[in-house]
Amino acid sequence: MTLLDLPEAHSLHAKQHPAAHEGDAELTEKTVFGFWLYLMSDVVLFATLFAVFAVVGRNYAGGPTGQELFDLPYVLIETAVLLASSVAFGFVTLAAQDNRKQATLLWMALTFAIGAVFIVMEVYEFHHLIQEGAGPDRSAFLSAYFTLVGTHGLHVFTGLFWMIISGIQLARDGLAATVQRRLGLLGLFWHFLDVIWIVVFTEVYLIGVL
Amino acid sequence: MADHKTEHLPGAGASLRHYVRGLILSVILTGAAFALVMMHVLPRDATIFVILALAAIQIFVHLVDFLHIDSSLEQRWNVYAALFALLVVGILVGGSIWIMFNAHERMNPGMPGMTMTPEAF
Repeated sequence: MTLLDLPEAHSLHAKQHPAAHEGDAELTEKTVFGFWLYLMSDVVLFATLFAVFAVVGRNYAGGPTGQELFDLPYVLIETAVLLASSVAFGFVTLAAQDNRKQATLLWMALTFAIGAVFIVMEVYEFHHLIQEGAGPDRSAFLSAYFTLVGTHGLHVFTGLFWMIISGIQLARDGLAATVQRRLGLLGLFWHFLDVIWIVVFTEVYLIGVL
Repeated sequence: MADHKTEHLPGAGASLRHYVRGLILSVILTGAAFALVMMHVLPRDATIFVILALAAIQIFVHLVDFLHIDSSLEQRWNVYAALFALLVVGILVGGSIWIMFNAHERMNPGMPGMTMTPEAF
């Protein structure tokens, strides 16, 4: 905002300045609400997959059961990793609010790294299951399992991709209003995926081994 | 802190306090759920009931401390949209479980593990 402190720049922007801010605020409010509606439709998408798992989650077709396949300590680490990544993004939000560009970038890099660990763990888990002959084609239980957990993983993967894009924009444009807004949406998305994971580990893994 | 361009963002009003509180509560709630299942403290049905309750509480914690949903007027429409989504989820999940288990019982009387055992006939 230093540019506006110059006398000539000030006179130039004096009239449109408050209006521009109001327009910005209104746009942000509308954009956030629109993105929120997308998230709520995603809730419905996940609800259908949770419903499918609830219905066929114990149809093993003579194949392995959740109790035989799931390694709870491993899932607990995955859960901790995703939670850590979610909290790390909280620091992205805080740094962005304080207009600290370098700190924002650094925290986002950390969020990305921890999120990438989660994806690697999940891919390893899937690979391990398929190698054991417990792939998605083995039983209704495993079809539902791979679809549900895979859809969540795909969302996390998309979030990581989004972070790379945001990181580039942040490095190029700094914490401009547009970048701030997009970071806000990315934060909503990232925290939302952790909320979905709560239901995944409860319904699929914890109840699945009982 | 939050100047003009950040006050309408999702994280507006967020503070370190929120994230620390969210983290501590999540660790406790998640840890309790895993411990209950891994150490077989309670009977099966009671365990399921308690870990579902723990999950519901943790979702609430995440919504408040990480997604910063509150009852302020500005967020009214977000909350309405969330409540409507919750209704759809209830119909989808509750309805599916209700209908499919009913159909299952009617179509396979006497299957092992069903509530209707062959002895009932």
